[in-house]
Formats: sequence, structure tokens, C-alpha cells
Amino acid sequence: MTALSFADAMQLFVVGLSQGCLYSLIAIGLVLVYKATEQVNFAQGEFMMLGAFVGYQFIVLMGMPYWLGAMLTLAFMGAFGYGVEALVVRRLTGQPVFTVFILTLALGIALRAVAGIIWGFGNYLLPAPVDGNLTLGPVIISWASVLSIVVTAVVASALYLFFRYARQGIAMQALSLNQLAAFYMGIPVKRLTSSIWAMSAIFGGIAGLLLGPMTLVSTQMGFIGFKAFAGAIVGGFGSIPGAVIGCLLIGVTEPFFDIMFPTLKGIGAYLIMFLVLLIRPQGLLAQIYAKKV
Amino acid sequence: MRVIFRKSYVQDIQLFRDRGQAFWYLLFAAIALAAPLFLDGYFLDELSFVFIYAIAGLGLMVLTGFSGQVSFGQAAFVAIGAYTHTILLTRYSVPWLLSLPIAALVAGLVGLAVGRICGKMHGLYLAIATLSIAIVTERLIGGAGDFTGGHGGLSVPEINILGLAIDESWKVYLLNFVIFVGCTLIVRNLTRTRSGRAMIAIRDSEVSARALGTNVAFFKAYAFFISAVFAGLAGGLLAHAFFYITPETFGMGESIRLLLMIVVGGIGTIHGAVFGAFFIVLLPTVLSWVKIVLPSAVATSGGFDSLAFGVILLGFILFEPDGLYGRWTKIHHYFNVFPMYKKRSFQRQKTFLKTERLR
Repeated sequence: MTALSFADAMQLFVVGLSQGCLYSLIAIGLVLVYKATEQVNFAQGEFMMLGAFVGYQFIVLMGMPYWLGAMLTLAFMGAFGYGVEALVVRRLTGQPVFTVFILTLALGIALRAVAGIIWGFGNYLLPAPVDGNLTLGPVIISWASVLSIVVTAVVASALYLFFRYARQGIAMQALSLNQLAAFYMGIPVKRLTSSIWAMSAIFGGIAGLLLGPMTLVSTQMGFIGFKAFAGAIVGGFGSIPGAVIGCLLIGVTEPFFDIMFPTLKGIGAYLIMFLVLLIRPQGLLAQIYAKKV
Repeated sequence: MRVIFRKSYVQDIQLFRDRGQAFWYLLFAAIALAAPLFLDGYFLDELSFVFIYAIAGLGLMVLTGFSGQVSFGQAAFVAIGAYTHTILLTRYSVPWLLSLPIAALVAGLVGLAVGRICGKMHGLYLAIATLSIAIVTERLIGGAGDFTGGHGGLSVPEINILGLAIDESWKVYLLNFVIFVGCTLIVRNLTRTRSGRAMIAIRDSEVSARALGTNVAFFKAYAFFISAVFAGLAGGLLAHAFFYITPETFGMGESIRLLLMIVVGGIGTIHGAVFGAFFIVLLPTVLSWVKIVLPSAVATSGGFDSLAFGVILLGFILFEPDGLYGRWTKIHHYFNVFPMYKKRSFQRQKTFLKTERLR
């Protein structure tokens, strides 16, 4: 192990923090769906990739101003998420959770192929909304990373408040506890479920737009969705603060891990997840209680 | 339609349901044994792949189909089997007949350890944990360059059993077929015995299985062990079929492909593993035939194969969740009860969602 100077460590920490924020944006999309419908969307990473590609289409290929293009992308993602739930996932209501795993995996494969057919399998550059770097003493951080941290903080706290206080948010939680009972209580189950998928797809789109400028846009970028999974598991699936904390933990430790063990580069996230699962199989901030027969 | 009146519980767990079924299986076995007489090398190689994937699929079927633990990490055990086998053969010149069982056992022991750790987890947590095992294994094999050849890979020697070189397609085919039949009998016998029924009980309801006195943790780990042994065995055979192995061959994508294979075949059935193996091995060939008919713009774009794969899977999950074997039983049933067929008799029961978090 090479000794790190304090400045280098701070630099790695900040880089990891912004990376962790992107993971948590994806994880928020995952947890949102899981919290409300108990379904798991293994295509969330591909939703993010689709968001990045649609943004690329609007902003670069069609030459729109950034913010207009971004808004249109998010609108498109919302419609897409709504449509996916209403047309495909809804048919599996009442089937074992396992079928939704497989369905979304297949959806992810299909989405990656479709994106490749439409936009090609290369790497594309998506412009960042803000240029330049922020210099804090020895630490240099790009404004794009700062933006991703800010956006994540805003989104996460807004969602936390939404689930805690808003009528719709509480209805969504009721939905997850018992669909049938929620339906009898007058909750529009179908519409609400579709809206949740729309929201989750929008968060995927936001993550894609933020990640696009940092790494290039490609069909393979969806695979970081699996790291978001690891982060969400560390925090405890089904809890938004947990997912954010877990993803930040993973994001921050990952660069240090990569530097300490260069041969094991890229698997730090999973090893950390394993460690946490060994100690607390339900995650750090879990919402799991004993089951009664 | 043959109606069987069961007079004892033993009849429920016979190897074959009746003599007719035994006749058909033996006939198929005879045809498969005679296949080298009338098929050329290419088809025999493809069929060898089918048998190898079917072995891996049988293992995953025990784990996911019978004991209900969704594993996204099966390729890790395939990789461990393949690498152990190849390293034993090349580096330590262990005889083939010894190195294959050792490879299977090593994979099995790793599987047992994983099963012991992961036995506490459920559904999603288990899926991600096993997925990470697949990723970590791939990376570890790639990282241990001195021993495993790293990302450059290893070349695999020919099969040599007691001085008898298995060098032609038909010999490899027969060897794979015999091992496959053995594995099928083992899994079939597992479903007939106490352990197999314990696994199915755990799949259907863990709480009630525990209430009935089943040692849940033991049988979950046991399922992991069996499945990893089969995966290791398949890995050893697969290494010979590929001639050259790299860690990327057994990555996360391969795990997911194996899982999707048993879903397409029909989850929870032994036939399903075989049908799924046929599907996954023959799909590229069929797609290349389809491409001839399609306009060239669609056919030459790189994503066509995976798009077709994804869409076929989506179709299966949505319209035929029981997979190819489910479709086969429906067709069979249709002709059995000819004018009386009712779609409803196969309708799946819906259970409305109650939270999984409560456990």
C-alpha cells in the first residue's frame, strides 16, 4: 500500500463522494419502486443509460439548449416509466416476485440492444450543464460533480419528506404493505403504481444526465446500476436514507480500495456489501421485522 | 389418456410414472446414443454443448427451481470448476478421471460455504449477493495472473481417459451424454427422496417447512452444494468444449444467461433444464437463419441477437411463465382430453402482494 498524503486522500474522498451520489440517484429509483410495490427493477441501470442517450439525442444531435433538452429528457423518461409499468409489469401483478426479477433483467437486455441499434455501440460525449472546476485548497472538484452532489441531496430529502408527509407518499407505502387492502381503502392502485415507475425512471434520467458528462455515454454504462444495488443493500433496501448512506459509503470507500488493492480494482463495492451483509443481513437501516405466520 | 390409480405412496415417487413413460425415455436415450451414426460433427458439437449446459442448468434447477433460492452467480461455480479442472490437468498432470470429480468437489465446497453464508438471505438480497460472487470470482481469477493465466486465459488439453484419447466429436458427444444422463438420474432421485422434498417445502413456504421440523439452514446449504457440484462438473466439460478459457467467459452475463435458460425451459422441472439448454445453444443458429430473411439493415446491426433474446424472454415471462416445458405439457394435455380442453385448468393462482419485508 502506498502512503497517501492528506490532500490526495481528500481528493479521493471528494471524487468518491460525487460518485456515491450518482450511485444513490440510481439507488433512489430502485428503492422507490421497491418501497411502494415490492418489485425490483433490475433494468434501473438501463433506464439511466436510456436517459443519457435521450439527453444526447436532444442536446447534441438536435442541438437544443441544455436545460430544455434536459427537461424534455425527463418528460420522456417519465412517460417511458409509466408506459413500462402500465403495459408490461402490470401483467405480473399477483405473480411471485421472482418473475419481476427476470422480466426486468430481460427488459434491460432488450433496452441495451435497442439503444445500441438506434445510437450505435460507441462512446458519445454529453456536455455538462456547468463547466470548470471548483478549487478548495489542494482539492479540485469539477462543478459537474458538485452539481451531482447538490441534486442528490435535494432529491433525497424531497423524497424523504414526500414519503413521510405527503398524502400520495403515504398511500404509496400503504400500497406496499398490502395491495388488496390499499385498493379497498380507495387508493388508485394501478395509477399510483405506474406513477411510481414514472418517478423512478425520471430519477434514472437525472442520473444519466449527470453521469453522461463524467463518463462517456455508451450502452455499457448501465452496469453501474449493480453498484447502486450493492449500495442500496448496504443501507437496507426499502429505506431511502439507508440507500443514500449505503451508496455514499460504497462510493467513498471504492477509490481508496482501488488504490490499496490495484489487482482487485472494481470489486470493492461488492466486498464491502458482503461484509455488511455478513454482520447485518438486513442492511444498516433495515425495515425488516419478524414474520408472523 | 392414461389414468393411474395410486394405491400406495411409493407410486408417487417412482422413477418413471408408468411403463409408457419409461419406454419413451429409453427410446430417446437409444436415439441419442445412435446419433453419431447419422449426424455430422457440427451438430454433435452443438448437442455436446446442449448436454453441458443442461448439467449446469440441472444444478441451478436444484437451487432455484427446487429450493427457491434465486442465484445470479452460477457462472462463478462453473468458472471454479473449469479452472480447477484445467489447472489440475496442465500444471499437476492429474489424470482426467480424477481431476473432474476434484474440480466438481472444489466448486461444491465453495458453494457450500456460500450457501452457509447466504442461507440467511432472501429474494433480492440473495440475488445481489450471488451476483456479486459472480463478479468477484471473475475478478479474482483475472487478478491471480500467475496461477490462472489471468485475463490472457488458459488453453485446455484434450480429454484423455486412461490413455484413451477422446479427440473426435462423436467421442466427446457420447462422453457428455453419459455424464448428462447420470446427472439427470441424480437430480431425479433427489426429487424422490427426503432431501428433495424438504427443498421443495422450503421453496413453497419457509415458515411452514420450519414449523414441520425441516432443518431449513441445512437444506438450503445442501442445495447450494449440489448445484455448485453440478456447475463445477459442467465447467470442467465446458473447458474442453471451448478449448481455451478466460475469466470473461464466466462473467456476470453468463450467470444471467444460465438463470434465464432455466426460466425459458420451465422452472422447477427437470425437463426444463434440458429444454432451456436446447434453447440457449440453438438460438444463435436459429437467429442466423432468421437473419437471412430479414432486411440487411436490421440483420447486420450489432444488437439484433441480444434484442431477440431479450424480447423472447419478455414474451416467455408474460405469456408462458412455465416455459417451454409448460407449453409442452399444455399441448400434451390438449390431445389427451381432446374435445374437453379448458385453458382455465392451467391458470396460475394470483396471490396479492403482502410485504416481503416482514421476515
